[in-house]
Amino acid sequence: MRIKLKFEENEKKFIDRVNELSGENIYSCYQCGCCSSGCPFVFEMDILPNQIIRLVQMGREEELIGSKALFLCASCFTCQSRCPKGINIANVAEAVRHLIEPKGKDYFGPQEIPVELADELPQQALVAVYRKFSK
Amino acid sequence: MNSNGKKKRIGVFVCHCGVNIAAMVDVKRVAEEMEKYPGVAFSTDYIYMCSDPGQQLILDKAIEEKLDAVIVACCSPTLHEITFQNAVKLAGLSAFQVEIANIREQVSWVHTDREEATLKAIRIVRSLVEKIRFNKNLEPIEVDVTRRAMVIGAGISGIQAALDIADQGYEVLLVEKEASIGGHMIQLSETFPTLDCSQCIMTPKMVEISRHPNIKLMTYHEVESISGFVGNFTVRIKKKPRYVDEVACTMCGDCEEVCPEVVPDEFNLGLSYRKAIYLPFPQAIPGTYTLDIDSCLGLWPIRCSACRDACEVNAIDFDQKEEIIEEKVGAITVCTGYDLYSMKSLGEFGGEKYEDVVDGLEFERILSASGPTGGKVCRPSDGKVPKSIVFIQCCGSRDPENHKSYCSRICCMYTAKHAMLYKHHVPDGQATVFYIDVRTGGKRFEEFYQRTVEEGEVLYLRGKVSKVYKEGDKIIVHGSDTLTGRKVEMEADMVVLAMAMEKKEGTEELLRKLNISADTDGWLAEAHPKLKPVESINAGFFLAGCAHGPKDIPDTVAQASAAAAKVGALFAKEKLQHDPAIVPVNEELCSGCEICVNVCPYDARELDSEKGIVIVNEVLCEGCGACAAACPSGAAQKRNQTDNQIFSMLSAILKI
Ligand SMILES: Cc1cc2nc3c(=O)[nH]c(=O)nc-3n(C[C@H](O)[C@H](O)[C@H](O)COP(=O)(O)OP(=O)(O)OC[C@H]3O[C@@H](n4cnc5c(N)ncnc54)[C@H](O)[C@@H]3O)c2cc1C
Ligand code: SF4
Ligand code: SF4
Ligand code: SF4
Ligand code: SF4
Repeated sequence: MRIKLKFEENEKKFIDRVNELSGENIYSCYQCGCCSSGCPFVFEMDILPNQIIRLVQMGREEELIGSKALFLCASCFTCQSRCPKGINIANVAEAVRHLIEPKGKDYFGPQEIPVELADELPQQALVAVYRKFSK
Repeated sequence: MNSNGKKKRIGVFVCHCGVNIAAMVDVKRVAEEMEKYPGVAFSTDYIYMCSDPGQQLILDKAIEEKLDAVIVACCSPTLHEITFQNAVKLAGLSAFQVEIANIREQVSWVHTDREEATLKAIRIVRSLVEKIRFNKNLEPIEVDVTRRAMVIGAGISGIQAALDIADQGYEVLLVEKEASIGGHMIQLSETFPTLDCSQCIMTPKMVEISRHPNIKLMTYHEVESISGFVGNFTVRIKKKPRYVDEVACTMCGDCEEVCPEVVPDEFNLGLSYRKAIYLPFPQAIPGTYTLDIDSCLGLWPIRCSACRDACEVNAIDFDQKEEIIEEKVGAITVCTGYDLYSMKSLGEFGGEKYEDVVDGLEFERILSASGPTGGKVCRPSDGKVPKSIVFIQCCGSRDPENHKSYCSRICCMYTAKHAMLYKHHVPDGQATVFYIDVRTGGKRFEEFYQRTVEEGEVLYLRGKVSKVYKEGDKIIVHGSDTLTGRKVEMEADMVVLAMAMEKKEGTEELLRKLNISADTDGWLAEAHPKLKPVESINAGFFLAGCAHGPKDIPDTVAQASAAAAKVGALFAKEKLQHDPAIVPVNEELCSGCEICVNVCPYDARELDSEKGIVIVNEVLCEGCGACAAACPSGAAQKRNQTDNQIFSMLSAILKI
């Protein structure tokens, strides 16, 4: 794949916001891949957790909007517990999701909830699911 | 024969070297077979001959069995010959009554068949028994030593080596071909990993050189030729005319002001200009102007002479001539440093085409407070502050197919430094580095690199760049990031190439004069890659700094101090001892044909025209044997390795 890297206003703002929201310094990532090799959900992901970080470093917001991996991350923190630089990748993923939400697509809508389940679902779970999977 | 005219009693000691030898050679059988061999009075094996009990065994048996000579069948003589010579000396034998049969490197390590290996070991030991029968006791040749050193090259390596030798109380000639000492280090801005200002830490050492009572500084000088040998070299040094009297020059600069001729300034790598009469840089040592005759319009009375007229103290002397100075020294340390591989060799990166594509040293000057831009980061083409810089690592290094196979070792670190310093100057600038590996092996180097990445927010992309070209005001870089599997294109205002280091121009010629060797990449060859890192293979020559291979300042300084210590150890000796196993001339057999004179690589032989025969300089002769093989009359025979000995060795080996 061929991409043009730009570091203009937009890209710089995106990178700064991810750092700000996640509380991490995404530049400090080694790209060692320790996060990716231990992630329990990686088999379903289209890009690896370390590539999420890399794409943020490159200011590649558009590419991240289309990525499944961001939404498959279960925030289980396996990666963070192993990262040699102490980066909380789940926080980074959360920050990116938050930033791209208005531009992204819905991964989940009310029509997908079976009627028989609707009454029993805890409200908190529903809110969390909407927050994570829809714009 | 021993000294009493009786047949020599020879002892054989076979070493197991743990399993190194014993696994492939039946050492017990070797010892038993040798016991039966004519002339062998005693034979045994032992697990480690070089251990204390092993040496004691040799000593005890030499006395008990009244041995006249000893064969140790073990590892290479380069390792333990001296150990066993010392052991037999305690038993009153001469060091020349020990021979080493190498059954490790030449047998156990290179064979796979135990039976064959054992037979080969026996043959080798037998041949040495034959040789040692005729070994004579020789006395070492003693030579005086001139306690005065020469150091060639006055970058940080030469400066450190000269100071350390001088501080040990010995006189030093420091020969530098340029107008000032300092080398590359004085051109650097700040130095990793601590970011001290290069000039601030270097100039005190330079001043010390100029003031040291034991140092004779010879800038603008070059070595012409060398003769002699360790402890006793005669060097001829060419003094190039500076056309300015070093002592009289007050550095007022009046000459420079009036000089009409402007040429690129090499100290700033052509990023600024100087006059034909110039001071290389403000802190230059010696503090004097130099007239660059190649740029000067012509010497009075022919044409210009404006500078001479302007000089109030009459320091300018157009009549200065080249001079040859002869000096005697006992040791020579070579510190000739490096050059950067030319950007011309990497056309795809546009270094020669675009002003804003620069190499690492040019960027150092751009970053330097004393540089052509006064410490402001501006691009060369239009003086604009670059908002985005792409740094490309491994330019010409690690490319065995097209360029250099080696890693230049310092460029990962200076690129990190460049990116960090750039961000200090231009905090909102974008710094992107293309790399294939980041190597930060030195003390505190990794921490420095991580600080660059984290604090400088520098983007490191893993991949090589394929091309660099200009589009309008911008430079377009095509690279890749193998970690995301993407080909990457980006715009930059400047590109900095981390060019490979290579040997200094002119090194080959100098090495030819010194008759010392370089490795396949042109770096000076050390005598042993691990155990003799600062000695040349040729006695009396030492090496330090980047002339020996790419290295940073800490390693350069450490190596220079080590070389100086070695020079000190050489000078501490009362007399130098030369191996007496040389090739003399048998006056009765020599026909004076001079064949040997021509084959000798050390110039040790010459014709004595009066006697009509060849004579040998015992100190120059290294005992290589080239003459012995060439001599058609049998007049050149190496001591303790005569034709007679060689033939008996051969027949012992060939005998079933
Ligand atoms: C871009 C760049 C940045 C760097 N930054 C750092 C840094 O931040 N920190 C760090 O530790 N290292 C740094 N280095 C490495 C540093 O430059 C070297 O380690 C150091 O300068 C080596 O010194 P040297 O004396 O061996 O060689 P040189 O500095 O090359 O000196 C050799 C001297 O010998 C003279 N000479 C050569 N041939 C002859 C001859 N035939 N006769 C007489 N004289 C001769 C030359 O004129 C020169 O004065 C950097 C290198 C580069 C290229
Ligand atoms: S484990 Fe940490 S340092 Fe390594 S790639 Fe993942 S985020 Fe980066
Ligand atoms: S937090 Fe997300 S990315 Fe990290 S291991 Fe868990 S699922 Fe994978
Ligand atoms: S030091 Fe780094 S940039 Fe230089 S050649 Fe080695 S790996 Fe490449
Ligand atoms: S042995 Fe070698 S060094 Fe000695 S004189 Fe003969 S050729 Fe020269």
